[in-house]
Amino acid sequence: MSQETITITINEREYQVDPDQTIMQAADKCGYRIPRLCYHPKLSIEGACRVCIVEVEGARNHVASCACPVADGMKIHTNTKEIRRARRDIVELLLDNHPEDCHTCDRDGNCELQRLAYSMGIRKRHFVGERKHYEKDLSGASVIRDPDKCILCGRCVRMCSEIQGVHCLTQAHRGFSTVVMPAYNMPFAETVCSGCGQCINVCPTASFVEKNHTQELFEKLNDKSIVKVAQFAPSVRAAIGEAFGLEAGRNMEGELVAAMRHLGFDYVFDTQFAADLTIMEEGSEFLERLQGGGPLPMITSCSSAWMKYVEQFYPDMADNISTCKSPMSMAAALFKTYWAEKMNFDPKNILSVATMCCTAKKYEAERPELDVDGMRTTDIVVTTREMAWMIKSAGIDFVNIEPEKPDAPLGLSSGAGAIFGVTGGVMEAAVRTAYELYTGETLIDIELEQIRGFQGVKEAKVTIDGKELRLAVAHGLGNAHKVMEMIREDPDRFHFVEVMGCPGGCIGGGGQPYAAANTIPLDEEALQLRASALYDLDRGKTIRRSHDNPDIQRLYKEFLGRPLSEKSHELLHTHYKKHLPRGIVSPNLKIV
Amino acid sequence: MATTETTGKTTPATDDERLAQLKEYIAETREKENPDSFLIAVLHRCQELYGYLPVEVMDEVADAMEIPTARIWGVATFYHYFNLTPPGQHVISVCLGTACYVRGAGQLLQAIKDELKIDVGEVTEDGLFSLQPARCLGACGLAPVVMIDDKIHGELTPKKMVQLINQFRRQAKK
Repeated sequence: MSQETITITINEREYQVDPDQTIMQAADKCGYRIPRLCYHPKLSIEGACRVCIVEVEGARNHVASCACPVADGMKIHTNTKEIRRARRDIVELLLDNHPEDCHTCDRDGNCELQRLAYSMGIRKRHFVGERKHYEKDLSGASVIRDPDKCILCGRCVRMCSEIQGVHCLTQAHRGFSTVVMPAYNMPFAETVCSGCGQCINVCPTASFVEKNHTQELFEKLNDKSIVKVAQFAPSVRAAIGEAFGLEAGRNMEGELVAAMRHLGFDYVFDTQFAADLTIMEEGSEFLERLQGGGPLPMITSCSSAWMKYVEQFYPDMADNISTCKSPMSMAAALFKTYWAEKMNFDPKNILSVATMCCTAKKYEAERPELDVDGMRTTDIVVTTREMAWMIKSAGIDFVNIEPEKPDAPLGLSSGAGAIFGVTGGVMEAAVRTAYELYTGETLIDIELEQIRGFQGVKEAKVTIDGKELRLAVAHGLGNAHKVMEMIREDPDRFHFVEVMGCPGGCIGGGGQPYAAANTIPLDEEALQLRASALYDLDRGKTIRRSHDNPDIQRLYKEFLGRPLSEKSHELLHTHYKKHLPRGIVSPNLKIV
Repeated sequence: MATTETTGKTTPATDDERLAQLKEYIAETREKENPDSFLIAVLHRCQELYGYLPVEVMDEVADAMEIPTARIWGVATFYHYFNLTPPGQHVISVCLGTACYVRGAGQLLQAIKDELKIDVGEVTEDGLFSLQPARCLGACGLAPVVMIDDKIHGELTPKKMVQLINQFRRQAKK
């Protein structure tokens, strides 16, 4: 051990602890979970909510345990009558300025404030005072903001700036009038918001939620006259179990397919198939760029939040972005062309629904440049959370349901398709295929350990046919920003860059189940377990390379011809361009 | 009663000139240690030049200082000193300090509100006046006092106040 430990006393018991930590961190390790609200281990310390106060003997006031370091000989009390009362008062004051609508709230049962109020023993409202009221912002395609539910913990603001580097949110005005809002109180639709939904993940209440499409979907699922087609992302199966109380990292693929059929979907396909297809196109595009001198590094384009981020912050580097659509949009394009033709369905009669770990995919689905023949290809996107709710709402016994397999031919996937959901996975999948496309030989050692794991920016080198390729992988938009700055500094530094907009990749997406009671949103251990579910899925498959997927081979033979063919370009590729300049201002802006 | 005269300050005539001045100032702050800490000073300069903080100018500040617009918005809305809407041609500041209050500043403020049909922090429909509260202006001997632009008017009554307002109106018509 490099440091000497110190002695502290918590609730009359002595503990030897490391000196370089806060009271809260030390207490956590000693088995005392001090209540908390504004604290998040990945974010800077705000000390705003005061819920985590403790008594320290000799201190004048109660001490915020999240912000106060431990000291030798410190005598801490976490659960005295006085501190319980003070904490309860603080939560009661928060409740006083909070709507009394738990039973009709999106976060009912998942709300940190609700849990706190319960655990503090608050059984009635003591304080009655003025209550804030603002309009909800329903303008965004992905995220809805409801300031009335906000308790000003500031986690969203810190997430948006410190981790995601988007800086869309701020706490504006002061005192009682403080509101979390974008610059100039612009509607979300006009801001730099990338739609990543990480504000939702860290929000303790329902101040941020996704735009809900469950009612619309339930209605359409009852419509016998249309063909209801589902697809679901790799990460959904790795996380949805958590919404049903299962431990993180249980692969619920079969259960999910079965449940979706119960809900009324006529066909259930797997987005992982389209991930394989993406690899065929993206891998080929990369080799073409490498050989033909196209703009390098090539940067992946699967993450919708990342695409919006690029368009507004790095429009000058748009040519470096792969022209491949995301797997969701590739699959959706095929539903309404290849598959519709094959099945003899009128594409206009197909309802294409995607269940995604992502909130930004709702925005992506609305993008007109992804339309095929003037038709929107993905009609409805629901998040993992929304799907879990629908399954519960329909009374389906998800945990015990007999697992089923996805439909053919757009349902079979390789292991490479599965790992698409975790940071480094797209790169790993691409290398597996690009290697073989380039050298004609099969890559034996297909697990690229250097680009696995949750380090913010990962770099690796692979040699293909004597040529050394430099790769980079980033997850979370803040880390993506770092990679982009590296490329700006030295455009030749990398050949191929993978970016996923959310921490950990899609497994940490903004649409994933809320953290369970007493756990942390985006807890690294939970993310690790979700990632393992996908890596296990990969290892369990006999086909682990996208180009070995027989249904992919058939699709090219029957329909697309070859990767990057004219047909592929028409259906599976698009172009990204400058979208919104920084700090965009609407000409009709109203200042509040 | 004295009328307000134009101040000695030279305000640049065109937006381009104002922006150039602002950018010059920001460029100076960029040379200093912790340039971000000059945000409030820059916003002050901005308000001196424009009379308020137009969003387009805050965008320019964001760009030049490399500070996200959202953070600038947070600062601009936090301090009451910063105006987010254009002020009236004449800014009426009613002193609500103790001495003025005791001598009837409350009634004075009400008279102004009634006459101009605006509330504190608002601008009249014709853009001629805006109304704001002030703390002690250091002229307690003349209480109650009102500052219009940068000139103090003392020993006011609601009636005198309305006359004063009318004087400005007549002047504006000329």
